[in-house]
Amino acid sequence: MSDSVQIAMRHNERAIEVSEDANGIADTVTVSPQDTRVEPVKLASPSWFVARINPVSRIIGALLLCIPMFFSLDLVSSSSALVIEFILLWIGGVAPWTVCRKTWPVWIAALGSFISVFLYARVSGEIVWSAGWIVISEGSFPLALATAIRVAAIAVPGVILALGLDPTDLADGLVEILHFSPRFVYGGLAGLRMFTLLQDDWRALGLSQRSRGLGDGNAIMRALSQAFGLLVLSIRRATKLATAMEARGFGSDAPRSQARVSSLHAIDWIFYAICLAIPFAALALAVATGNWHFAFQGA
Amino acid sequence: MQVQPAAVEANGWGWRHATRKDFALRAVDFTIQPGERVLLLGASGAGKSTMMAGLAGVLGGDEEGEQEGSLTIDGVDAREARGRVGLVLQDPDSQIILERLGDDAAFGCENLNVPREEIWQRVRESLNLVGLGDLDLNRSTRHLSGGQRQRLALAGVLAMKPGLLLLDEPTANLDPEGVVEVHDAVKKVVESTGQTMVVVEHHIDVWLDMVDRVIVLGRPEPGDPSGAVIADGKPDEVFAAMGDVLASGGAWVPGRTIPDYRPGSAAAKAVNVTNVSATADELNEHMPVLSCRNLSFGRGSALGAGVNLDFYPGEVTALMGPNGAGKSTFALTLAGLLPPVDGQVLIAENLAPRADRREPIMWKSRELLGRIGMVFQEPEHQFAANFVRDEVSVGPKSMGKTQEEAYAIADSMLERMNLTRFAQANPYTLSGGEKRRLSVASMLAAAPQVLVMDEPTFGQDFTTWTEMVKLIAAIRDQGSCVIMVTHDEALVNALDARRVMFQEGSRA
Repeated sequence: MSDSVQIAMRHNERAIEVSEDANGIADTVTVSPQDTRVEPVKLASPSWFVARINPVSRIIGALLLCIPMFFSLDLVSSSSALVIEFILLWIGGVAPWTVCRKTWPVWIAALGSFISVFLYARVSGEIVWSAGWIVISEGSFPLALATAIRVAAIAVPGVILALGLDPTDLADGLVEILHFSPRFVYGGLAGLRMFTLLQDDWRALGLSQRSRGLGDGNAIMRALSQAFGLLVLSIRRATKLATAMEARGFGSDAPRSQARVSSLHAIDWIFYAICLAIPFAALALAVATGNWHFAFQGA
Repeated sequence: MQVQPAAVEANGWGWRHATRKDFALRAVDFTIQPGERVLLLGASGAGKSTMMAGLAGVLGGDEEGEQEGSLTIDGVDAREARGRVGLVLQDPDSQIILERLGDDAAFGCENLNVPREEIWQRVRESLNLVGLGDLDLNRSTRHLSGGQRQRLALAGVLAMKPGLLLLDEPTANLDPEGVVEVHDAVKKVVESTGQTMVVVEHHIDVWLDMVDRVIVLGRPEPGDPSGAVIADGKPDEVFAAMGDVLASGGAWVPGRTIPDYRPGSAAAKAVNVTNVSATADELNEHMPVLSCRNLSFGRGSALGAGVNLDFYPGEVTALMGPNGAGKSTFALTLAGLLPPVDGQVLIAENLAPRADRREPIMWKSRELLGRIGMVFQEPEHQFAANFVRDEVSVGPKSMGKTQEEAYAIADSMLERMNLTRFAQANPYTLSGGEKRRLSVASMLAAAPQVLVMDEPTFGQDFTTWTEMVKLIAAIRDQGSCVIMVTHDEALVNALDARRVMFQEGSRA
């Protein structure tokens, strides 16, 4: 009781003392309220169709889609595959402009491959222009365009399928459907969560270097010593996590049950069929129109 | 929830870690009846953690160490009693395993091969018991408070229906609200399940209302290399007989008075630790050493705006208020480590590197030395050298001192902090309290005029806590300004620190 009175008096004194200078002194700091963290439901996928299929199917589907495309290198097969994908995604609930926005890195990669093939590809037809290593021939432009579109046709569906993929659901699928070792999968999954903590560690390590007078000078050396600190911390965090997991019975060879069901349904099989149909339709179209060009055959 | 309480029996039990010469514990004998609630005490290094890990069956096999005697849960070797024992640990961050609340609580049951329908029934029951029943099972575990995380860990363990519940300092890393939350949850759980419980905790008073027995681990004779049971009985009896031993071992024994280290008190005058050259007499006490002018602070967006505060030499200021209010962010801003969102942090003109460079965030890293120091909440975030002695000499060396001068400062700091015998040890190998002292020592070696500390007494036992209070009082009495983020009322009272309260404003 007397303590608090004394403290209050001390503070009054101080307030009077300093009220003489112009600056207002407050002994409370008002901060913005912490938001109540109403979490929006995380979308499993921008597409209603993709959201309903198993995460494992999404990985398998992306493989089915792209593997046949690796064997063709012509404008017709790649552009028809891309067009079909855009239409199907639109039906699946993702508008073409949304697709473009969410896959922007793919388009940069496609542009990069266009430029390199255009400038450095093997000569076919007459040489139009050349300088040093750069040789642009008649065949350069169609080949570059085909390459760029193929990159997009392979990567765009892959990226859209991966969007919103939940790591826990994927882990369940890997264990229950593909029968991966739960020890391996859930161990890795728990490890993934550590990354958030390690980001905080990294930031704190950087700030502490500055406060210890080690923040000037060679940035590379500084990053190295910071990285070493992070390594030590990550090992310590991992050890603690492993103990916590072991304490909950994880890591023995005893049989394990699954709290969540992960299984394949009719919709997954429909999805596989679509994923096979797209590249084969595109290849068939190229063959039928006489434009088919096997990717591993010379010009 | 129906749980069969477990009986525990230690019979001449001992454990030696494979990397150590001596047994950590040896000749441990006790019997715990089903339903008993035991508080396990002992100084740091007495083997409490080894005991808990042994009970939980997570000490490992023959490669990890050597066991003697027996330790059984319901007659079964503790290492074989999977699922009969549930363990809640100290660090809330490393106990959350999965992303979604419900999945995390179900993890233990899955590992015990509990059928699916029963898992979810158990998960709901346990979450209800620990007071998290209102939260959505799909809620992300990322944004839970420390108290909520510890209760989730408890629920995850509870869902496994262990007959023996082990709590290893479950509240040491929590703020006062979190401590109450976890205490109430545990109380409700053990009262409704009747489980046997063993809890380790420095803050005895937290658990006193629910334990009916105290077991103390320690060295039976001074100089004994291994620990054993040195007291066992009812709480009152043990505290009456062992109060001094427990307090010197670091426990917060009920009824003990907190030392007085107010400015000018006798206890505060007795200590002398820092290198700070300017004393309170030399500095004008009424001139602020550090000021905020219209300061908005935050990472990116402002957490608080228009803050005007002055900090004086020879004064301790406590930044207090709820978790997540931005106290640490404010402290980092004061320490010249985070740029203000708006406004200024200004150091006194006579301390600035140049009269027109009074804002610490504009300084070079080296210019912070000798002016403003920051002690981080996690000492490990601060370590920069491989040896304790080098760790302390980092600051002086950066300030341009020669190797010998730096070592001379380091050696005297280490002696004052009682760390001399660790001079050649790696900082990471020290105990929690030693690490904390080292992190303060290495900051003080640069003789800062302003020392900012983030939770200097968080999770500390009574011994380290008392040392910390003494140290802060000494830094203050030699004319430095100490600004500390803290939840610790006892600390603020012991130092009679000025309080700055962080309060949430009304929603805009």
